[in-house]
Amino acid sequence: MDWWDLTVRFFSLADANVRWVVFGSILLGGAAGGLGCFAYLQKRSLMGDALAHAALPGVGLAFLVVGRKDFLALLLGASITGWLGALAINYIVRESKIKLDAALGIVLTVFFGLGIVILTYIQKSGSGSQSGLDKFLFGQAAAMGRNDVVILGIVALTMLAVVALGFSKFKLISFDPGFGRSLGMQVGLLQFVLTTMIVFAVTIGLQAVGVVLMAAMLITPAAAARQWTDKLQRMVMLASLFGILSGLFGAYISFLAPRFPTGPWMVIVVTAVFVLSVLFAPQRGVISFIRQHYANRRRMTREHVLKVLFKAGQDSRQWKTYYPVDQIKRMWSFTQHELNAALAGLQKQGMMEKSGGMYRLSDDGITEGARVTRLHRLWEVYLSRYLELPEDHVHRDAEDMEHIITPEMEARLEELLEHPEYDPHRQEIPYIGKRSQA
Amino acid sequence: MEPVAPIEVHDLTVAYRRKPVLWNIDFSLPEGKLIGLVGPNGAGKSTLIKAIMGLMPLLSGYVKIYGEPLDTMRHKIGYVPQRESVDWDFPINALDVVTMGRYGRLGLFGRPSKDDKAIAMECLRKVGMQDFAHRQISQLSGGQQQRVFLARALTQDASVYLMDEPFAGVDAATEKAIVDLLKELKEHRKTVLVVHHDLHTVNEYFDWVMLLNMRLVKFGPTDQIFTNDNLRLTYGGKLLLLAEAAEKVARQL
Repeated sequence: MDWWDLTVRFFSLADANVRWVVFGSILLGGAAGGLGCFAYLQKRSLMGDALAHAALPGVGLAFLVVGRKDFLALLLGASITGWLGALAINYIVRESKIKLDAALGIVLTVFFGLGIVILTYIQKSGSGSQSGLDKFLFGQAAAMGRNDVVILGIVALTMLAVVALGFSKFKLISFDPGFGRSLGMQVGLLQFVLTTMIVFAVTIGLQAVGVVLMAAMLITPAAAARQWTDKLQRMVMLASLFGILSGLFGAYISFLAPRFPTGPWMVIVVTAVFVLSVLFAPQRGVISFIRQHYANRRRMTREHVLKVLFKAGQDSRQWKTYYPVDQIKRMWSFTQHELNAALAGLQKQGMMEKSGGMYRLSDDGITEGARVTRLHRLWEVYLSRYLELPEDHVHRDAEDMEHIITPEMEARLEELLEHPEYDPHRQEIPYIGKRSQA
Repeated sequence: MEPVAPIEVHDLTVAYRRKPVLWNIDFSLPEGKLIGLVGPNGAGKSTLIKAIMGLMPLLSGYVKIYGEPLDTMRHKIGYVPQRESVDWDFPINALDVVTMGRYGRLGLFGRPSKDDKAIAMECLRKVGMQDFAHRQISQLSGGQQQRVFLARALTQDASVYLMDEPFAGVDAATEKAIVDLLKELKEHRKTVLVVHHDLHTVNEYFDWVMLLNMRLVKFGPTDQIFTNDNLRLTYGGKLLLLAEAAEKVARQL
């Protein structure tokens, strides 16, 4: 079969085996993504990594006890040693002077080492070689069957219900646990419930994603979701969605190339979602930041053009002269390119009038030019009067502030300085378009 | 009958990682007063507040609220933690934070009701923050964040308020808002204990003052207690011995 036939077979869910793999991957991705938000916001992301590694000896021990690969038993075993790992970390941090990062490193590695020892022992002991336990290191989504997915579904839906019911409380103990305790809330108990759920979220993913990489399914969707929203509820839902997408596509790739482990593919998918989020998120995104930066620079250039043209006509109070572009360029250190863009933009905004390749301010442009000039000079007065800076020190600073001062700040400045007429360089402060409004 | 003190602290000793930070503290707060809690860095001011709120294990002694143990009387106390104690980049808005003051009344799986939100909004108004209710908290200035914390405590509708450095690093507008709020609380016969750093404003803001440096140095009406001699006693070198002793205790146990 070529990849297209495989793709159709996978997404049509016609094949029962495929169906269970898809359901399983979606469930674990959604559960880990949603719960991961709380770990992420409590700055305990790496705790998830330690928990996942600490679950490995539990998988091996459960196999030794039960004698076969029973999903429920493995889940229980993994949860128990995962929990022991969490307790060990908390104990070390509380009772010694060892810091959290060191405690995480110690516990993670010792449990993982122990797990490898137990798995190796099982592999060497006859029947164990067919156990498929080695798949727990990097995951194999295709190994999930119907019974596994039913258990996985029950665990995931229970966790969803607990998060939904206790959402407000979990929000509070993640934001300000001390305040929660001051209210008499059972913060310790709530934290216990939350940690237990994170342990479960990690253990249900072990089979498909593997202990080594499961932490990514906890941390990365949360970090990606945080880029898009400032609301916790939306963040949890988005992270869940990202987890589901990564689970689905990880399983799909694993289906196309069954010889490869699933975990790394899921991590690559979820990391791709994260990178896209960091780049393209509307407010926190890098691209939005860069666009904002350039938009600001263009606005500053436009305001400079208005200011120099306003100043050119201020002495004679005559702004109706047209200036050729070259002459405007000489009034300031504009580059040709930015000046052209600014002039075109201003013309569009109705601040500038064009005639035969020459430009002049419109009435709106005069008002706006006066405003920028006024802010510049008011700031100069403020600096020289209140910080007692000499005249030749105030210009640079005002050059920036003229673009930043808000109308409210302007009103306060004017009041504070009692509507000065002149700046420290004895230049008139224009109130055009201002007094007429008042 | 003698009136019952809003907070009575008896022979309280508190240790942090086995190092004693408060020794044998005894006091009863007078009702309806604004009380400043003053002392040098490391004097245990925050620890005292936390110990009263039951957030620190006590080595000895007890705390009583209107003569009763803390656990039955938590609803009588409003708490304003230090602003730096939380991550202000948390995805939550100002109104959500303030509403948390009502969580002590929620059941196991309860959610804040419309009434809770309305009360939270009213308390935001009291600190002049109603226009910022739906702002994400990282977009607020330090002073505005502090006012959000104050509003949260107000929603608790308590009789006693414990405030941990509400004046630290705030702008003039917030300082005035807090002072007005303290006056209003006093008019309603509330008792307020405020950890305070600025010695210049103690006389102006507080009726009573508690001078603390690992032990209770002096406690009483500001005009009698807030003297240079007592300040020297609180901030001066004579108590260094106490800190040294604490250090020794920590190493030996």
